[in-house]
Amino acid sequence: MSVLVVGASAAGLSTVEALRRNGCQEPITVIGAEWHLPYDRPPLSKQFLCGDWDEDRTRLRPDTMLSALGAEFVLGDSAVGLDVDRRTVHTASGRELQGDAVVIATGLRARVLPGQGGLDGVHVLRTLDDAAALRKELLEASRVVVVGDGVLGAEIAATARKMGLAVTMAGPQAAPLQSQFGPVVAGLLAELHASAGVHLKLGKAVTGLTDDNGRVNGVRLETGEVLPADVVVVALGAAPATEWLVDSGLRLDNGVVCDTRCRAAAGIYAAGDVARWQHEDSLLRLENRTNATEQAACVAANIIGDEQPYRPVPYFWTDQFATKIQVHGLPSAAADVTVAEGNLDERRFVVHYRRDGRVVGVLGWNMPKQTRLHREHLVPA
Amino acid sequence: MKIIVDQDKCVASGQCVTAAVDVFDQRDEDGIVVLLNDNPPEDLAADVHQAAAVCPALAIVVED
Repeated sequence: MSVLVVGASAAGLSTVEALRRNGCQEPITVIGAEWHLPYDRPPLSKQFLCGDWDEDRTRLRPDTMLSALGAEFVLGDSAVGLDVDRRTVHTASGRELQGDAVVIATGLRARVLPGQGGLDGVHVLRTLDDAAALRKELLEASRVVVVGDGVLGAEIAATARKMGLAVTMAGPQAAPLQSQFGPVVAGLLAELHASAGVHLKLGKAVTGLTDDNGRVNGVRLETGEVLPADVVVVALGAAPATEWLVDSGLRLDNGVVCDTRCRAAAGIYAAGDVARWQHEDSLLRLENRTNATEQAACVAANIIGDEQPYRPVPYFWTDQFATKIQVHGLPSAAADVTVAEGNLDERRFVVHYRRDGRVVGVLGWNMPKQTRLHREHLVPA
Repeated sequence: MKIIVDQDKCVASGQCVTAAVDVFDQRDEDGIVVLLNDNPPEDLAADVHQAAAVCPALAIVVED
């Protein structure tokens, strides 16, 4: 049962590791679009961007562990097509690679603003090369505008502020992460950023960029106001990287649609950010680091012959300034928020998110251990 | 079996504790990993390898 893994990031590598851990000794091939050996993304917006970590520290595994896996890594070549019946992947360089099982782990592609492409000084942050390019420019710049009020935008704003830049965060929400965390916690995040000197220009849509001879110099809001910038980071979320699957016949709908076992078709699986699987009575797709590993483990088990449904307790964390936020389950702005431990004024607390009386999410602010202990309150949907 | 944890890489997720509660704990104040036993008995090997595999910060290394 040879396995072909498309994607050499966390989900792809975790699939290989889980296969080997489970005793699979068959040939495994991994295709990666980038030239880099597998690296980790969460540090890119934090430790790597500010310079605390070098590139080597972002590696997912050292050479010794990678070679011990006995897998072939085909790097710097991207998948451009999939023949589902023959489980064959075509690559940009003309390779044709086949596996008894194929795992789709191509992740996400950053969204961009219309007109962003031709301008210097405008960045997204998805890859290591993106992060290195952004870091280089931040070191020279004095004013950065972050377009985006989600997790990534907030982390980049915090890091740039720590690097000493004047930072403005722009986005349509009233407070950072409000649609995920609701007004109470998002309000505290807004306070955290404001007290650290981040200028918040929230609640107004960004309509475009201004430039001087092809070099960005500002971000225009719907009100007509222009926020001056030496560098602009666009963090408007990301879309599943499925364009190479358009002609495959697989069902694509905000990701690769899979059954409860993360199977998109016979012998074809998906794991990580790109996978949208049948979870309870709806389709779910998660964009977080932990999901990449856990879903990969489930896919590996199912390739070997288990029939495991994938039923995770979603988890992610975000570190902004000195604040550590841990999130278990699926909080939402529509849920009722109650303090379960600690208190909001001391900025050390655990809150429960309840819908119809059930705890659907647990969020901790500077209380990681205590937050984990509240996981048991999460009731499966 | 020898376990090495990197407290500087740790992101305080606590996934290791969920996987192997007899081997890992978290500091009360900031959630950073605490190694309770750096050479646990073999019957915990599967749990320890699971902990290393699920650590989202790759902060746990197990040497057999």
